[in-house]
Amino acid sequence: MSAAVDLVGYDEAVRRYDPVIGIEVHVELGTRTKMFCAAEVEFGGEPNTQTTPVSLGLPGALPVVNGKAVESAIKIGLALNCQIAESCRFARKNYFYPDVPKNFQTSQYDEPIAFDGYLDVELDDGEIFRVEIERAHMEEDAGKNTHVGGSGGRIHGAAYSLVDYNRAGIPLVEIVTRPIEGAGARAPEVARAYVRALRDIFRALDVSEARMERGNVRADVNLSLRATPDAPLGTRTETKNVNSFRSVERAVRYEVSRQAAVLDGAGTVIQETRHWHEDTGITTSGRVKSDAEDYRYFPEPDLVPVAPSRAWVEEIRASLPEMPADRRRRLQGEWGYADAEMRDVVNAGAVEIIEATVAAGSSAAGARKWWMGELARKAKTDELELADLPVTPEQIAQLQGLVDSGRINDKLARQALEGVLAGEGDPEQVVVARGLEVVSDDGPLLEAIDAALVAQPDLVEKIKGGNMGPVGAIIGAVMKATRGQADAGRVRELVMERLG
Amino acid sequence: MTHDLTRLSAAEMAARLTAGEITSVELTQAHLDRIAAVEADVHAFLHVNGEEALATAADVDARRAAGEDLHPLAGVPIAIKDVVVTKGMPTTAGSKILEGWVPPYDATLVEKIRAAGMPILGKTNMDEFAMGSSTEHSAYGVTRNPWDLGRIPGGSGGGSAAAVAAFEAPLAVGTDTGGSIRQPGAVTGTVGVKPTYGGISRYGLIAMASSLDQAGPVTRTVLDSALLHELMGGHDPRDSTSIDEDVPPVVDAARQGAAGDLAGVRIGVVTELSGEGYQPGVSARFEESLDVLRGLGAEIVEVSCPHFEYALGAYYLIMPSEASSNLAKFDGMRFGLRVEPEEGPVTAERVMSATRGAGFGDEVKRRVILGTYALSAGYYDAYYGSAQKVRTLIQRDFDAAFEKVDVLVSPTAPTTAFELGSKLDDPLAMYLNDVATIPANLAGVPGLSVPNGVSDDGLPVGFQILAPAKQDHRMYRVGAALENALETTWGGPILAKAPELEEKR
Repeated sequence: MSAAVDLVGYDEAVRRYDPVIGIEVHVELGTRTKMFCAAEVEFGGEPNTQTTPVSLGLPGALPVVNGKAVESAIKIGLALNCQIAESCRFARKNYFYPDVPKNFQTSQYDEPIAFDGYLDVELDDGEIFRVEIERAHMEEDAGKNTHVGGSGGRIHGAAYSLVDYNRAGIPLVEIVTRPIEGAGARAPEVARAYVRALRDIFRALDVSEARMERGNVRADVNLSLRATPDAPLGTRTETKNVNSFRSVERAVRYEVSRQAAVLDGAGTVIQETRHWHEDTGITTSGRVKSDAEDYRYFPEPDLVPVAPSRAWVEEIRASLPEMPADRRRRLQGEWGYADAEMRDVVNAGAVEIIEATVAAGSSAAGARKWWMGELARKAKTDELELADLPVTPEQIAQLQGLVDSGRINDKLARQALEGVLAGEGDPEQVVVARGLEVVSDDGPLLEAIDAALVAQPDLVEKIKGGNMGPVGAIIGAVMKATRGQADAGRVRELVMERLG
Repeated sequence: MTHDLTRLSAAEMAARLTAGEITSVELTQAHLDRIAAVEADVHAFLHVNGEEALATAADVDARRAAGEDLHPLAGVPIAIKDVVVTKGMPTTAGSKILEGWVPPYDATLVEKIRAAGMPILGKTNMDEFAMGSSTEHSAYGVTRNPWDLGRIPGGSGGGSAAAVAAFEAPLAVGTDTGGSIRQPGAVTGTVGVKPTYGGISRYGLIAMASSLDQAGPVTRTVLDSALLHELMGGHDPRDSTSIDEDVPPVVDAARQGAAGDLAGVRIGVVTELSGEGYQPGVSARFEESLDVLRGLGAEIVEVSCPHFEYALGAYYLIMPSEASSNLAKFDGMRFGLRVEPEEGPVTAERVMSATRGAGFGDEVKRRVILGTYALSAGYYDAYYGSAQKVRTLIQRDFDAAFEKVDVLVSPTAPTTAFELGSKLDDPLAMYLNDVATIPANLAGVPGLSVPNGVSDDGLPVGFQILAPAKQDHRMYRVGAALENALETTWGGPILAKAPELEEKR
């Protein structure tokens, strides 16, 4: 690896340079079969089992466009406020590489299915930033190479390489922004928020599982700097395959600092692709983009143009689900959360689960209290997603119902939840099995109170003398004796009655 | 007796099979015997599939005996050009780069042939990846013309045409990108049909130029072509360029044509496809055929298609452009030949380079280089782009011509079969052989070549009939009428004029 790179501190860099970003996001569509053939798509299959003569590029095989993929692409286009092409063709992008079975990728080139759109992205402080979309087009994914025998799985020094064509031909939609200007120091945040907003849209549209960690969504981040917002665009770099929201933000920050140092040193930024290193948080030089790279695009003669009828497009538009941003606004209103509370819920990825909990009968406040409190901590400790915890929204609604009806108090409810998480059944069952119900019969309480009063005559004297301070200690003793199952308010009332 | 069986038309074979006069095993064996007897001279086949063919024949015979309802062509054997993939049978497309490759799947048209119960005799020789007009560019040796073993059988489908002309098969499948069915038909005295583009599925055809390639029948009679066309045609959901309509009524049209009445049919003679470059004997037979058609009641007019003169140029940009991309998959990574560089590191890039260098012949390399150049940044508009514009103009020429006439006609090829080796050093002279057949491919319209006599040199010539897209039946009607009238004059089929091949054992 090259010697350490000079960096300019981020704040310093954005004080003197204006960053412009551009983002290309690839999303793998969750269709049952591939873009151009009937090979089934499933994550994690044995290598080279999800193939047909088409996706292996065997001689004689021909592609046929997956109608479901076209529908998904149109949905994405409409959600991004794009125009939908009346007719558009696929093209061949010709280049030799073993993971591309035909040695060309079938992709849309100069005729994307969707174009000229925008997405309003909500930043952390609630500000809305508009990102303009140049195009969204359909293409097929490549296979996956595994290099064996080299260091760290790299091709350099490898003894041989294996190719898995299960991924080859999986439908992708690539969404390309126009240059994103005017974000200034918030460029990294805008980049992160944009990719995240796209991810949420893919899920809302149900066009992809959109799991970043599986590579369902991959971002290429372009960045250039210029002296002032009026200056022409500077030379950009393209950092490939940045695969988490946090990394998108970090990659932009890093490139801002790196390019600022290059420009400060009177150097020139080289137009190139760069690799992102998750572990060290830096980018390194990939291949230089030059004019020598000629993909010899031409219209794919094996496919007829895709010509979605206007009626079909309108049908799809009418069936679009509520977009995530609209939904968040609506739910916040219904739930009565403060802006900050809602933001925390969104950032924790808890919107769906709280919605389900409310739907199961819980109050919105109660649902938030559990999922953002006890359960969020538990998920963090166990390194799980909220949805993967062994407790359902229905169980949380039931738990909150027990609290609201006064059958258990908060402390008991936490014990009941422990039981639920330990697999002891529904809250109802745990409460019964563990005997957690609040003691509402005064008899046992009075016994415990009398015992406490007898045990601490000095405190009784003080209280009788008008000093109310020790009442808490008496109540504490009673609560301890009843293992927390007493209603503390009722205990206080009874103590005061006993002492007149 | 078995010798006589191979001389029948496929329709006659089918009739005798249906009537129970012969069995498919007898018929198939007769053809395998004929293949064994003449292949040493003709070399029409790259692979003979005797065992499987006889098994299919026996199966069909048993099903017929059991009273099963069979396809009309059931039991009639067929040969298939080696550019069509056949499951379990080697498929090379005439190239070293696919030597030993056995496809794991059948082309759609092969599925249909198998489903009809037709024994597949084998795979026929061809120019490598169908690039050529003489079959001399096969990596596996030349095929010889049964009319004169010193001459070419045409190309690229010389193997299919020669097999049918030499009675090694009654039917064969060809593919036609610029004339590869029709020109071999003309020079071997057989019938060849290129249906409307999309009329027969391309799924399983090893592609040369996707927008031009079209499979079709190679036979000895027009009716036989119609029967095979009807079987292979129709929509295929695996080929999105295939026509989603019923096959045109080609069999009815062939039968109607054979009745001989062409009253009211308007036939246009293409001005640009005659004159200079056409052998005198070819032109003479063409004029005589026009007289025959006139005699059957057709109206003959001359029609100009002014842009046809640019067809060859446009074709030699579009075809290699598409071919350069279609042939990229032959890289030694997944199937077929794999060659490692003799020295230096064995990287994927170097293996691809060594494999393609060793596996492709000169004509293939020539076209791949030409196509790669034509698609390159900075040249695309001038070459590929301009060629597409010419293509549009040629389509308009056809549209205008078909406003005036029902079919267009021309000689199929400007010359009779030339001598082996005589044009190998002059690719342009070789390309000129396709000047009359190429316009149909560029426009996607159907074309049929039917034998219309022998030239002064004693070799057969062909008469080409072109129809508007999806009106394939029109050319079958005219073709059958001409065939019937000529055979009446000759007192038999044209192949009766060919010298007998010496049968060796």
